[in-house]
Amino acid sequence: MWMMDWLLGPFTDYAFMRRALAGSLCLAFAAGPLGVFLILRRMSLMGDAMAHAILPGVAVGFLTAGLSLAAMTVGGMITGLVVAVLAGLVARLTPQREDASFAAFYLVSLGLGVLLVSLKGSNMDLIHVLFGTVLGLDDAALLLVASASSVTLLALALILRPLVLECMDPLFLRSQGAAGSLIHMAFLLLLVLTLVAGFQVLGTLMVVGIMMLPAAAARFWAGSVGRQMVQAAAIGTVSSYTGLLFSYYANVPASPAIILSAGCIYFLSIVFGSHGGLLQAARQARARRRRLSRISEHF
Amino acid sequence: MSGAVIELDQVSLGWRDRVAVRDVSGSFARGSLTAVVGPNGAGKSTLVKGIMGMVSPLRGYIRLAGDSRTQMVCLPQMGELDRSFPVSTYDLVAMGTWKRTGAWKGLNAAEHERIQGALDLVGLADFGPRIIGTLSGGQLQRALFARLLLHDAQTLLLDEPFAAVDRATTEDLMALLQRWHEEGRTVIAVLHDLDMVRRYFPQTLLMAGQAVAWGPTEEVLTAENLHLARHLCAGDYL
Repeated sequence: MWMMDWLLGPFTDYAFMRRALAGSLCLAFAAGPLGVFLILRRMSLMGDAMAHAILPGVAVGFLTAGLSLAAMTVGGMITGLVVAVLAGLVARLTPQREDASFAAFYLVSLGLGVLLVSLKGSNMDLIHVLFGTVLGLDDAALLLVASASSVTLLALALILRPLVLECMDPLFLRSQGAAGSLIHMAFLLLLVLTLVAGFQVLGTLMVVGIMMLPAAAARFWAGSVGRQMVQAAAIGTVSSYTGLLFSYYANVPASPAIILSAGCIYFLSIVFGSHGGLLQAARQARARRRRLSRISEHF
Repeated sequence: MSGAVIELDQVSLGWRDRVAVRDVSGSFARGSLTAVVGPNGAGKSTLVKGIMGMVSPLRGYIRLAGDSRTQMVCLPQMGELDRSFPVSTYDLVAMGTWKRTGAWKGLNAAEHERIQGALDLVGLADFGPRIIGTLSGGQLQRALFARLLLHDAQTLLLDEPFAAVDRATTEDLMALLQRWHEEGRTVIAVLHDLDMVRRYFPQTLLMAGQAVAWGPTEEVLTAENLHLARHLCAGDYL
């Protein structure tokens, strides 16, 4: 009984813990599957870049309307998409590779964003924007995260088939007359939407963690892209719960605790994972050696 | 001969700083089986991309007969597919139904039957659930041929379909090419193995930046034409 109490108590006793759990679960559902595609497209750093790219927009929203959710969200969406398009253009028009141009743009965005927030806000405001307010989610923020992740999951379901094709065989998709770049833009839009919603919960610096870590861990547990997406959402869910619990009992900030539990699952997956985990690889190597030695005894 | 499916009129293709194909004129007849041969860098792949409409001509025109744009399918070089992408062989083959199913429609029983039928035909009957990353090069190429089968296209362009594929696989896949030819489809394949071209392909286009020769295989693959092609391509580097 005390076990149940220990595991569920914080959430039954405190409304802010329930809100935190609901918010981070919504985020994990949408972020994990998106992260799987970021990894498959070899754009792992892109999530990071986009998360920083939304910062100046959020800051402008904050400067003009204070801590208004709508203003910060719209601002973040705008700068996120502008940076995505600009960085893509630079990569297309100059010899600079896409990862480098994204890195350049997001570093500028980060600098600009932090500068803008400090123009008017206190250090506390900056901390809120960078690290989120998962333990202080109000109705509006919860609603935003829930709607954003619902829209993301539905849209992802709609574009899944062309998106998979676009990632694995873009030439084939183009030869079939489908617009691969439109799919790419739709994917970027969903990415920015999720990141903007997520920054309310985990902050712009931490939100990428709930996107990439579960996705990176899922790769060790599932073979196909569909299963990886489900696994990533599940791992994100578990990390959110354990992270919040840890933060409650150890009295540490919640969003790094969530990211760190996702990190623990990632490290465990590297070792124990059923698809390319280290232990599995060692077992296979041993079995191979035994087979070989049996064959050589034979002769 | 019942007319040209693809007609090239003084076509030049290339990118900003490099012209890969110069002034090619000629046509692929409906139902013909043509090999495109030539040294590396001769512009063979570029020509295929031009015909597929993925590179627009710098000069000249590429004319496609009637409905052939929608009735055409291309097998690009293997390097352009992400082999580490986690999908099953069955799903890879199922992508061949795109023209009929598009982004949203489900696969009905008939399509499932055709997919399994295509897998059987290329000798991958039991490979459906295997993730493509676990297939060998030859097996993957068989799967890509199965995907081509599902298109049911009237014109097929294949860019080095037998590169990095063992002998048995090459023979099986060549049999498929011949079958398509017998069914009256137009088949164009970029190849390196001249013996194979002589044995199986009635028509040949010899490329070396330009069209060195185009016509019946025995008239095209003469010693002096091949020598000229090598010479033309080597000249680019001098």
